[in-house]
Amino acid sequence: MTGVIVGDFAKWLGATSLSHAIQTAGWVIPALQTIHILAIATLFFSAVIVDLRLWGVLQRDIALSDVARRFLPVIWPTVLVLLISGSILIIGEPRRSLLNTTFYLKMTLLAFALVFTAVLQWSSSAAPEFWEKSMHRRVAARFAATLSILLWCCIIFAGRWIAYTQVG
Amino acid sequence: MHGFKDIVAFFETSSLADAIRENDVLFPSIESVHVLAICLVVGSIMAVDLRLIGFASVKRPVSAITRGILPLTWGAFVVAVASGFLMFISNAAKYLGNGYFVAKLCLIGAAGLNMLVFHFIGARDQPRWDSQARLPLAARLAGGISLLLWIGVVACGRWIGFTMEAG
Repeated sequence: MTGVIVGDFAKWLGATSLSHAIQTAGWVIPALQTIHILAIATLFFSAVIVDLRLWGVLQRDIALSDVARRFLPVIWPTVLVLLISGSILIIGEPRRSLLNTTFYLKMTLLAFALVFTAVLQWSSSAAPEFWEKSMHRRVAARFAATLSILLWCCIIFAGRWIAYTQVG
Repeated sequence: MHGFKDIVAFFETSSLADAIRENDVLFPSIESVHVLAICLVVGSIMAVDLRLIGFASVKRPVSAITRGILPLTWGAFVVAVASGFLMFISNAAKYLGNGYFVAKLCLIGAAGLNMLVFHFIGARDQPRWDSQARLPLAARLAGGISLLLWIGVVACGRWIGFTMEAG
């Protein structure tokens, strides 16, 4: 049932004049993908540099809360750029994503990663020593950092695999 | 020039290149690792460039930024080159004939040159301005050029995929 509705929606979207315009101008899709990747670069680096600091690697001359305050807020406007560029890419090639399990996997992982980032940002700004109070907290911090890096890696992998798992 | 062609042919006909060509999972996986690595390379370089331009982290000395970020850049760069090399040998002749591929390599070379010029000439008096928010023109220029070059690298990389389709 849902499959039929999504299929019909993809068909309708692909027939709109906006979708046609995106499809016929050959440069639009690679240009949007370039913007998309540059935004992913910004987001992924910002997340990783904070995760590495949680691990106690790089930028140890400043507090974890300082690193988190500088880089995590960058993520939110970047997500907006990703949602906009991603949405236009879907309008241009609706079947590529909307009928693709990998795309839904990517979106699910993204939801987890964003909640995780929000918690991390909140916890490290609410109490600067939150992750460094005790040995347990420090172990938890490394676990959280590893999970965050893994989540973002899976999201990027899934993103690239969308191109290889299209139906028809 | 003959030597170069022989080396390329040697790698392209290797069993490793064969495996990457024939296996359905290998190429996309290597490509995904390449995207991951490129994102870290470009993301980290952009952070340094934005400091040089005077757009971000202006309260932190330039040397602290580069010490805290560039090790990640170099680590990711090694992974990007290794994964890029594996994709290249799977179809070397086609890549060499692709204008965007050649342009991408030239832009990376230019970015490296820009870095060297800044390191050895522009940054000679770095101790004098290291902690300043607004840096001398040479530093701001190096940051701006680097930013543009790396945006070009990403664009060329994406365009390769659209101009090699029948491969």
